[in-house]
Amino acid sequence: MPAVERPLIYANLRKPGYTVDIDCYLKNGGYEALKKAVAMKPEEVCKEVEVSGLRGRGGAGFPTGMKWKFLDRKSGKPCYLVVNADESEPGTYKDRQIIYKDPHQMLEGIAITAWAIQAKQAFIYIRGEFQHGAKILENAIAEAKAKGFLGNNILGSGYSCEVVVHRGGGCYVCGEETGLIESLEGKRGYPRIKPPYFPAVLGLYNCPTIVNNAETMAQVKHVLAFGGAEFAKIGIPGDSGTHIWGVSGLVKRPGLYEIEAGKATFGELLYDFCGGPLDGRKFKAIIPGGSSTKILKFGERFKGKLPNGQEFDWALEDIPLDSNSIAACGTGLGTGGTIVIDDSVEMIQALSNLNAFYAHETCGQCTPCREGSLWLSRVSKRITTGGGLESDVPLLLDIANQVAGRTICAHGEAVAWPVQSAVPKFKDEYLDSIRRRQKGEVLSDLKLI
Amino acid sequence: MSLQPSTLTKADAIIAQYPQKRSAALPLLHLVQEDHGYITQEDMAWVAEKIGVTPMQVLEVVSFYPMFRQSPTGRRHIKVCRTLSCALRGSYALMESLEKSLNCPRGETSPDGNFTLEFVECIADCGCGPVVQVDHALYENVKPENATAFADQIKQSLHNPQYGKKQPQPDTPEWNG
Repeated sequence: MPAVERPLIYANLRKPGYTVDIDCYLKNGGYEALKKAVAMKPEEVCKEVEVSGLRGRGGAGFPTGMKWKFLDRKSGKPCYLVVNADESEPGTYKDRQIIYKDPHQMLEGIAITAWAIQAKQAFIYIRGEFQHGAKILENAIAEAKAKGFLGNNILGSGYSCEVVVHRGGGCYVCGEETGLIESLEGKRGYPRIKPPYFPAVLGLYNCPTIVNNAETMAQVKHVLAFGGAEFAKIGIPGDSGTHIWGVSGLVKRPGLYEIEAGKATFGELLYDFCGGPLDGRKFKAIIPGGSSTKILKFGERFKGKLPNGQEFDWALEDIPLDSNSIAACGTGLGTGGTIVIDDSVEMIQALSNLNAFYAHETCGQCTPCREGSLWLSRVSKRITTGGGLESDVPLLLDIANQVAGRTICAHGEAVAWPVQSAVPKFKDEYLDSIRRRQKGEVLSDLKLI
Repeated sequence: MSLQPSTLTKADAIIAQYPQKRSAALPLLHLVQEDHGYITQEDMAWVAEKIGVTPMQVLEVVSFYPMFRQSPTGRRHIKVCRTLSCALRGSYALMESLEKSLNCPRGETSPDGNFTLEFVECIADCGCGPVVQVDHALYENVKPENATAFADQIKQSLHNPQYGKKQPQPDTPEWNG
């Protein structure tokens, strides 16, 4: 049976004539899940989310219900909900659709979550570049407040929660939850050190805070709509719900495909959904879940054991699209933003492009990341301009090895992983680039740096 | 400093949304920048006073976030996405073409003051690359071979008195901006 999409998050926004207005949302069953939620006790809502097995959609895949359990209830301080709509991981563009086409779906999830954790206030941290997106959300919030779904005395429950849209300033590191919190406090987005600054204990204004991804909020709405146990049946055990695969780069049909977790493979995604490589080209590699996840090469074999004990021996095309399977292949599902690279690409240029991104986006707090990202960018770039040495290949790896694990936040890993994963797989190609570029040869018509 | 009266009114409403005034730093800076295009030292002092911090603490913020500018841009601010997904679809060739058509090197403002042309990092529309943000609008699938026509469109907008005043409609560059 050929793999098919199962739109859950994108079900409404893909309907012809669907608009962002609240009336349209209500006609399509909107805010029914919120009504269900406020008829339950907050802790019962938390339980539903826990039972659902929902994992966060921001990239780390942490179980949402468990995250909510970590909230420090004993401190007596108010707690906050912060929604991460900073969508800044290269290759990721799934949340944009929700914000621009179906904002109420996300707001309903926010209202449910705020009720579940009894948040004093909720903030949507949206990336600064989404100028009109922020306006769409503000309009939607005003509509929802007018109908009693947000704001004062939500649906007569006695519980009130204001939602504020907060625009960022175009900074990647503010997608990291503690950097985001600093930014929301009106400061530079310097990530905080953990411990002690776990957001669930010392978050926004040093109060207990839950930071959830924008799509996670939309998923929460569906958890309540289905009920936790029913939602858990979508997907596979350990990874429930749907994943939105945002495919970009060199395929025939780049786009967003919403697929039940584990119910299709990378081969089906790239060939059946995306139509395969461009004419006359061959796939060479993919970066599966946003630029910070480790690269996978076509022709590799992936062998090992899944958490449930099942042994596997897969080609890239065979890997099932669920977080456990992808993690078992040495990379991550991340945000599902898959970047596809074909045989027209000179791999050192692709690496150099990403190195330049991380060098631009490092916040500069930690020396290994600040210096390492710049050196990786310079060394890889000089190869592309003919000034590389064969010793640059081990040098790249050496620098990356000194960054990962030595920084306050995961930006260090994001800097290092593309290099650490690509160098062993594409070493010969890099060396070929170094030698031929020294002679002034042009190796690809496609310029990436 | 001459902020518009509407900006001043909005500022107080923004500050009131937050449990702590300092949180309004970014929104106030966006507001000032939308008011007159960039952020001056006077503006920073004004924001500082509004939110109860020193001007230096506001400068720290301004200088950290790429979207905040301390100098004016051209009449049209053109941002081409440079990051991998768009680059794979030709954003470097697109940039080279735009530099020629607009007579403006990347990272600079054209001598006639009409255009500022920049490479920026990922703007989260990766499946429609190359993407280009022009002021308030986001253009998708701007192929390098269409760069000249695209540049002409931007040039023509300079003579359009309605530019930027229309209510955005779904599935248009203005809506997606």
